[in-house]
Amino acid sequence: MEIEERLRGLLLLGLDADAVAYQRFLKELSAHLRAFLRRRLSQRPDEVEDLVQETLLAVHNQRHTYRPDMPVTAWAHAIARYKLIDWLRSHRVKGALNDTLDEEAGELFSTSDSEAAEARRDLGKLLETLPDRQRLPILHVKLEGLSVVETAQLTGLSESAVKIGVHRGLKALAAKIRGMA
Amino acid sequence: MRTEELIQLLATDAGPVPARDIEQRFALASLAGIAGAGVLMAAVFGVRHDLVQTMGLPMFWGKLVFAAALAAAGMALLRRMARPGMAVGHAAALLAVPPLVLWAMAAGTLSQAEPAERMALILGSTWRSCPFNIALLSVPAFIASFWALKGAAPTRLAWAGAGAGLLSGALGALVYALHCPEMASPFLAVWYLAGMALPTALGAVLGPRLLRW
Repeated sequence: MEIEERLRGLLLLGLDADAVAYQRFLKELSAHLRAFLRRRLSQRPDEVEDLVQETLLAVHNQRHTYRPDMPVTAWAHAIARYKLIDWLRSHRVKGALNDTLDEEAGELFSTSDSEAAEARRDLGKLLETLPDRQRLPILHVKLEGLSVVETAQLTGLSESAVKIGVHRGLKALAAKIRGMA
Repeated sequence: MRTEELIQLLATDAGPVPARDIEQRFALASLAGIAGAGVLMAAVFGVRHDLVQTMGLPMFWGKLVFAAALAAAGMALLRRMARPGMAVGHAAALLAVPPLVLWAMAAGTLSQAEPAERMALILGSTWRSCPFNIALLSVPAFIASFWALKGAAPTRLAWAGAGAGLLSGALGALVYALHCPEMASPFLAVWYLAGMALPTALGAVLGPRLLRW
């Protein structure tokens, strides 16, 4: 399967610290997620982009659970499926859970949609609520496009503290999203 | 924040993951659980004065093998349940082997025993306390294995919680076997499994509450 091979190659490069490949992986995955969730949440179209973002964050935070001997498509589908069910449960969407979700990873990757809608929940605002040691590394690295080394010099943190700050901050962001549900 | 920006942000965090590998976490949790149970046992029950003599009995080792086999099967299952999209496969069937072997042994013992003795073989002298002692000793492993699962991404939370409970029950039984005076397989077949069932059920209840990610 062509998608499997391409995504797997990109993810493995990403896990090997190739940020460009990793970005392409997330971008392609996000288009599949968007189409999948638009179809599944056809009654709640304005929630789709929030859930796309939440799922991307989960994929990123859980990337250590991927093993190179597993199909990437099955792994990503299981995460998307989990996030969708979790969302449906916490929003008590009637009847939606009875509508059995396809166990086949193929469903996620059968379509793709790169037209992002506006997210309702602003992750940028949530980011503001994180403690400085997590917020500052994320803001510098993201907003100003600084490298880890430059951010370390600017904030006076060590390089590993910047990396850990970004890492923990993204985990904390996911936890805050969960807390809002 | 637009999705495009989020992707850019996540990409800056590309690279090897600092979190410990899942297998390593479970191994660490098991060791911590065993150590914790050992300390708890010494504090609550004390160490048996005739421990060395009991070691001469085959069933002393039988109990350890049974508990260790269940713990190993539980771990094999958990490391799969901890990863999204990884099939459980044969790991679940493997879990059934130790109890089935034990039940077969118990059935053999009971069928050879005089009818009047059968109840005594099942109840032993400690049936009232045994399951609760095992459950008590499983507490450190229970906490540790939930910690290990928190660092992973189980997608079926009740099942994963039950798996963690079972692993900790087996580890609790492994340590309790050092103290437990019972040597009859019919006793073990009922009460050891009952003791492991307590943390397993608790894990199934707590999983969906504690393991969300």
